[in-house]
Amino acid sequence: MAQALINILDHWGLHGLAQQGWLWYLVVGLVQVALILALVMTCVAVYTWMERKISGRIQDRLGPTRVGGRFGWLQPAADGLKLLCKEDLVPAAADGLLFRAAPYLTFCAAFIPYLALPFAPGWVVQPMDTAAFFILAIGGLEVFGVILAGYASGSKWSLYGAMREAAQVVSFEIPLGMCVVVPVLMAGTMNLTEIAQQQAGWLTSWNLVNPFALVTFFIYMVCATAGTNRAPFDLPEAESELVAGFMTEYSGFRWSMFFMAEYSAMFLLALLGALLFCGGWNGPIPVATMLWLTPEYGDIAAFAGNFLGMCSLITKGVLGVIFMMWLRWTLPRLRIDQVMTTCLKYCVPLASIMLVGTMVSIFVLRGGLSHPIKPVEMPAKQNQRTGRDCKLKIREGHASPLLLRRPMVCGKIFWQSRGTGFQPVEFDTGKMPVPRWRPSARKSSHTRPQSSNFQFSIFNSQFSIFSLSREGAC
Amino acid sequence: MPVERVDPDLVEFDLRSDEMLINMGPQHPSTHGVLRLVLRTDGEVVSDLTPNIGYLHRCAEKIGENLSPRQFVPYADRLDYLAGMNMDLGWSMAVEKLLGFVPSERLRHLRVLVCELDRIASHLVAAGCYGLDLGSFTPFVWCFRERERILLLFEELCGARLTYSYITPGGVTSDLPKGWLKNCEKFLAEFEPVIDELHATLTSNSIFIHRTANIGVLSPEMAVDYGCTGPVLRGSGVDWDLRRDGEPVYTRMYEGYKFEVIAQVKGKYPEDLPYPAVPREAVLGDCWHRFYVRMLEVVQSMKLIRQAMEKYSQTKEVLAEPIKLRQKLTVGTAYLETEAPKGQTGFMLISDGSPVPWRVRIRSSSFCNLSVSAELCRGCLIADVPAVIGSLDIVLGEIDR
Repeated sequence: MAQALINILDHWGLHGLAQQGWLWYLVVGLVQVALILALVMTCVAVYTWMERKISGRIQDRLGPTRVGGRFGWLQPAADGLKLLCKEDLVPAAADGLLFRAAPYLTFCAAFIPYLALPFAPGWVVQPMDTAAFFILAIGGLEVFGVILAGYASGSKWSLYGAMREAAQVVSFEIPLGMCVVVPVLMAGTMNLTEIAQQQAGWLTSWNLVNPFALVTFFIYMVCATAGTNRAPFDLPEAESELVAGFMTEYSGFRWSMFFMAEYSAMFLLALLGALLFCGGWNGPIPVATMLWLTPEYGDIAAFAGNFLGMCSLITKGVLGVIFMMWLRWTLPRLRIDQVMTTCLKYCVPLASIMLVGTMVSIFVLRGGLSHPIKPVEMPAKQNQRTGRDCKLKIREGHASPLLLRRPMVCGKIFWQSRGTGFQPVEFDTGKMPVPRWRPSARKSSHTRPQSSNFQFSIFNSQFSIFSLSREGAC
Repeated sequence: MPVERVDPDLVEFDLRSDEMLINMGPQHPSTHGVLRLVLRTDGEVVSDLTPNIGYLHRCAEKIGENLSPRQFVPYADRLDYLAGMNMDLGWSMAVEKLLGFVPSERLRHLRVLVCELDRIASHLVAAGCYGLDLGSFTPFVWCFRERERILLLFEELCGARLTYSYITPGGVTSDLPKGWLKNCEKFLAEFEPVIDELHATLTSNSIFIHRTANIGVLSPEMAVDYGCTGPVLRGSGVDWDLRRDGEPVYTRMYEGYKFEVIAQVKGKYPEDLPYPAVPREAVLGDCWHRFYVRMLEVVQSMKLIRQAMEKYSQTKEVLAEPIKLRQKLTVGTAYLETEAPKGQTGFMLISDGSPVPWRVRIRSSSFCNLSVSAELCRGCLIADVPAVIGSLDIVLGEIDR
């Protein structure tokens, strides 16, 4: 895709532009952001329609039927148009600047994490070694927009909504973070691509088969529901108590920004849950491998395999979102003290137990300190062009147990019983512990001009359009 | 210059620094109409609550003093617009008490039939809206779906869906249409399993129990002191129902009917159906019990309807015409309270012998039931305010009159 863009620029006589490192960087960045925004916004539009359809079915109604044929699938477009045409009100008592800024802050915080979210091996806007951390960190910023909105609205109800949001989200970030750490511990990396890769194969190699991870997944879903203000934890916008909470004074497009942010955050956390616990883009059956859609069989096969994987991941995300919708239309709302009780008395201790349990099980099941650590056979990474780069060996006794892949016994058994389609690869920690963020330590096979003095260096990862990077998964 | 008189409850001059005075209503989604509650809050805790009413005042009593009793019927069923039949019945029976009219057997059973059907409709709205107040949407729609079928039955009966003007002094506007009883039976048969669904999504739902149990506990003494009636009174364990304990003029209507008054007496509800058990957290007189009483009363009303249908079909007489539009009233005073779904609604007429009453007075059950809300909400959380107000099941048309 990068080459295609260069060709286009050449065609327009703008070859010089491609030579300008920063400009090239900007163009590629914009294209990627547009792609990801289009994907997520489409999903959000579909969700608003789905929410109405699902709630309709649950409530013995039809839901939208008029706009766009029999199933009302054009309803989101009609809704969006209506919201755009609405009067844009800023209350007299509001703090104008903050009131206007708040929806964008929330919107950005809900969409930026997608930059680090891999949809298939290598199909990620910004590959990061700390993707899980990044997503949680940026996603947590959403609360600022809500607090700002509540504070700036100049309405007491809005202020209540904001205070509830602050209390709720800040408390639920703790168990949510702990839940994310469990699969990170099991995988030994925060790199989401690698975490998902390690779950390749049959259903049995998903993190979910691990009893600790299974419990953690349920806690994760509870925390995700609470973190996105969905019922039964929708206190900040509880319409029977706080009118509309922090959104009380918002109308039209600004209101729809909050709305889209909510759905986007739901989808994000569902996708993250799928990546961490439910195999990521690996289906319950390794269809891509069975159909020879792996990189060994060429680029087209790899692309098709990745596409299948992306579909699989999005399906899981959609299922997660449907689960949240189902909850919303079934359960009454909790009270604020009960929300806090759920978080502090149940979620945090349970998540802590799971965290400690995972650590201990990794330690014990690997044999503890007294036993030398055996090399582990690993399935090939599907996105590897050559298989050369990912040959890693773990030297006996040297690597920390936490860094080992697939530490659980059940996982080990399942690898051994696994069928064809995977090449056993050795691990070599000679490569693994090298800090990747040190630019000198990485092979430069990227397409970005070396003369570039303009680097987005938050995490200094390779900047690549989907899977152009030869560095492997990340 | 006259000193402006201000209500200290409504003005922010004596607030402590961390207190906030907020207005719940009259445009709030969960105040069940145009009720305005002024909350004095400290964070989420409500330290004081003042209900403000009068936004739906329509001079119903004054109108009654300018119209003949039959002309007033359409105004009567706009009082509690969720139970128009019962309002019509209350007004008609008060007029009949003044006139000394004794309804025929067929009329009696017909009135029981439609009034109990309307009681179900009213309790369904109460249950559904209560779910909505607690953030549960689905039971609300289910309740309205079932209520819709009752409204369709009424529409077939009298052409109106809410304001029926069906029961009038001296009779009803028309007898049941052909095949109506069959439709009613069909509805009852199909409604029965829905009650279990509502129990599953509300009554025995864990979150619902945690939101309602031990919230807004109304002691029996306080309930009696405040004049609370209906399910609010019975939810506090007071075994009192005008259908059984009322004036003979009214109880004569229910003569020969078998039904139970739903109230927890000696720690037990009358048992004749497999209801969900009372949860451990629930305290007698709390929101959960008030809700539960309504749910059980729906079952009792179904029993009554079945009996009424049977008794009605056994009578063969032709219904008499109601009283004339401008019939002269007996000189005197009549006051009668009837058991409406929301409590005891009383109508009083003072007549000087002309066709138009000299004075009309309406006693509203919701008014008394609402008056206790300040006591119940003191010290609760903001989220509990809709829970308490919803459990009182008020309707503003009746409060403001």
